[in-house]
Amino acid sequence: MPDLSIYFCGVHSPNPFWLASGPPTNTAYQVMKAFDAGWGGAVWKTIGDPIINTASRYGSIDYKHERMIGLNNIELISDRPIETNFREISEVKKRFPKNTVVASLMVESKRETWHDIMRRAQDSGADLVELNFGCPHGMSERGMGAAVGQVPEYTTMITMWVKEVATIPVIVKLTPNVTDVAHMAHAARQGGADAVSLVNTFNSLVGVDLDSYAPRPDVGGYGSHGGYCGPSIKPIALHMVSSVAKHPKVKIPISGIGGIGNWQDAAEFILLGATSVQVCTAAMHYGFRIVQDMIDGLSQYLEDKGLNSVMELVGKSVERIRDWGDLDLNYKIVARIDPKLCIGCNLCYIACEDGAHQCITAAERPRNDLRDGEIPKHVPRILEDECVGCNLCALVCPVPGCITMEQIDVGRPSMSWRQLQEARGRNPQCSMQDLLTRGTAAGD
Amino acid sequence: MHTGPKLSPEQLEENFADINPPLTPSLALEAASRCLFCYDAPCIKACPTEINIPQFIRQILTQNLVGSARTILSANVLGHSCGRVCPTSVLCEGACVLNAEGKKPVEIGRLQRHAVDHVLDRRIPVLKAGKENGQRVALIGAGPASLACAAELRRLGYAAVIFDSKLEPGGLNTYGIAAYKMRAADAVRETEIIRALGVDIRNGITVGRDVSLEQLEREYNAIFLGVGLGETEDLQIEAENIRRCTDALSFIEKTKTNGFDHVQVGKRVAVIGGGNTAIDVATAARRLGAEVVYMIYRRSREEMSAFDYEYELAQGDGVIFVWQAAPVRVVPDARGRAQGLVCVKTELGSPSSGRRSFRPIPGSEFTLDVDMVIRALGQKKLAFLTNIPNLKLDGGKVVVNSETMQTSNPKYFAGGDCVNGGGEVVDAVAHGMHAARGIHAALAPQQRGMVHA
Repeated sequence: MPDLSIYFCGVHSPNPFWLASGPPTNTAYQVMKAFDAGWGGAVWKTIGDPIINTASRYGSIDYKHERMIGLNNIELISDRPIETNFREISEVKKRFPKNTVVASLMVESKRETWHDIMRRAQDSGADLVELNFGCPHGMSERGMGAAVGQVPEYTTMITMWVKEVATIPVIVKLTPNVTDVAHMAHAARQGGADAVSLVNTFNSLVGVDLDSYAPRPDVGGYGSHGGYCGPSIKPIALHMVSSVAKHPKVKIPISGIGGIGNWQDAAEFILLGATSVQVCTAAMHYGFRIVQDMIDGLSQYLEDKGLNSVMELVGKSVERIRDWGDLDLNYKIVARIDPKLCIGCNLCYIACEDGAHQCITAAERPRNDLRDGEIPKHVPRILEDECVGCNLCALVCPVPGCITMEQIDVGRPSMSWRQLQEARGRNPQCSMQDLLTRGTAAGD
Repeated sequence: MHTGPKLSPEQLEENFADINPPLTPSLALEAASRCLFCYDAPCIKACPTEINIPQFIRQILTQNLVGSARTILSANVLGHSCGRVCPTSVLCEGACVLNAEGKKPVEIGRLQRHAVDHVLDRRIPVLKAGKENGQRVALIGAGPASLACAAELRRLGYAAVIFDSKLEPGGLNTYGIAAYKMRAADAVRETEIIRALGVDIRNGITVGRDVSLEQLEREYNAIFLGVGLGETEDLQIEAENIRRCTDALSFIEKTKTNGFDHVQVGKRVAVIGGGNTAIDVATAARRLGAEVVYMIYRRSREEMSAFDYEYELAQGDGVIFVWQAAPVRVVPDARGRAQGLVCVKTELGSPSSGRRSFRPIPGSEFTLDVDMVIRALGQKKLAFLTNIPNLKLDGGKVVVNSETMQTSNPKYFAGGDCVNGGGEVVDAVAHGMHAARGIHAALAPQQRGMVHA
């Protein structure tokens, strides 16, 4: 049985699955229920001066019959007194000493205020703190949350204030609503952050009711921008996590967040550099029980991969992320359609024809119904010489394994754009095609 | 003749409840979300009226139900009934690519009904008549072919007047479809879409009696024949017309117009035939309360023309199939009512040359103890057609140009059962649409002439 436990900034956690700061971690009741279900840790709903929330607070987008592939909220930080939250953290830590409890904090940007809340967090028995520099709505208008996280100097400064009194590790939670999140991670690092967590929610307006013209979520006919999360943000979050993991001057643990709903999502974040992962929307959708398969699935995956510990997985894919200019221009693949599996929907044809490079042909289908006998199969044909290997046909094909991308040996050594530029510098008289054909040896 | 057991009105309603009930909005969304939106989709190619199926399903998915209905009705104005009664398993749904993956096809028929019901229930007009072009077309028969032709003619700007001898419009759609598939009132309601386009439907008028062909020829620029077929074929056996013997069309019509508790059915019923109509009759007889229903067919299961799903429906209803048997004579009781049917076993010829022939086996006679005999052998051709000058017939069927549906008499166009000898509603609608365009192609040059004059 592979070991799922992790060390995060030296803090041991039974598994990498933590609940992110949000509605599921609002109370001790919820967090204890979550720990009973199997969650390794929980980041408490952000603690600060209690706020008053609106009704309604959430809006979502569906895709076809799939509900809530993206969720948006205009809920603020905890609406409960600071002392209640810290008292409950103490209770949880007493009952679940092995589970990781992270106190998420957000107060006004004053040194003494941060010192005070940080001391109270430590006194509560929390294992770590997470500084919420990310909330994009409501709190940011009051000079907190993203208002801090969007300015590198503020991020550095407040992190430093907290570190002045910190006796436990400090995570800085980053907002994705910046041009370069890795730059912000670096700012946190400069302030002394022990770790970063990302991403917080994206600025969003989830939709407009076409009958009433009111934005969603609707607060008496009006709305406000909110924070967007859920399965649909995962690719953007993955990129952001990887960019922080690759940043040469950050190099601190990452807690990955953004659309994680199952062990596969979690494994991807871990491969791209996250040590722990945080989940919120999926727990809001299906409840704490989802963690059971996350634990089971990740264990099975590690076992299948012959790995003993999840820690061996951390960052394994980071070095595979390169600049575009370092990718091999001589790597060639073409699409192949398996005529046995093809169901004749022609989606590959029209995608390639209208949306890509016109490398698939399909004869027009004749009029035909079963009263005239069997309907012959209508399999499109790939024009291999024209195929640029873009993947689009395989992506739109609804039948698993029907369209595969197969590597073609072009008989050329690998050459990246960067190498090509260098070769051109050495051989200004040669054409690009010529240099590509000759590979990295060109000009030597 | 109240020989059958009387079922309560509630039981009868339950027995004849819609076998394919409407989708709820939520089920419709789920069903619609399964459509792959194929390009050059095979379902369109398998639909005689070539409805843009992926398009109307996508419109259901985007909650554009009016647009969805418009997509359907502009290709097939009888989209409601076709959604309910089409043999979709051999048409659109049979062609759905999901079948090739071993999945259930998209429920195209039910989705179609869902979209059309939306506008029917709310009386939302989705089709518009074209600008009046001053030309008039008479249509004989108010069945699916004429209704479709008339609607399309209105969209092209023609005045369209339908003459029909029955009391209600719809033809076999109203009178000939099993009640558990569609009630008469639904078929009549659907014709409101056609009336709303300005089609003048005149029921209770028999052409040749109440209005002459000559008059129609004088007053209209073209005439469409959508007359369908005649009565059920005879068995040509002894005593086939004695009491408690009837035919499929009359029997089904009674279930559609009389109220189920007024339809007379035997305790033990013999239905003769192997087509879809025979199945409708046998199933209806069971649902009306007949205890035993035999379906007698001269050939075997393989040769039966009824669709598989119809056969399965009858099986589910407990109909007893008597294969390779032919009726010989009806046995009357003392009061001249059917009390038995003598049949003879048949043997089949080799399957090599088309449909297998059959031959009675001498001495193999047997008698079925039945108190009602219903023949369901297909319909006779209409003698009425021979009154039309220069109208070429082939085996009683009207010969037409398959693209324009124009007959050998250039003033006449035709479609539906009188042309194909008996097909599906959707085939008749396709004929009607083609005919409307054929008429337009034939008359449009005159129109231009008129404009310039």
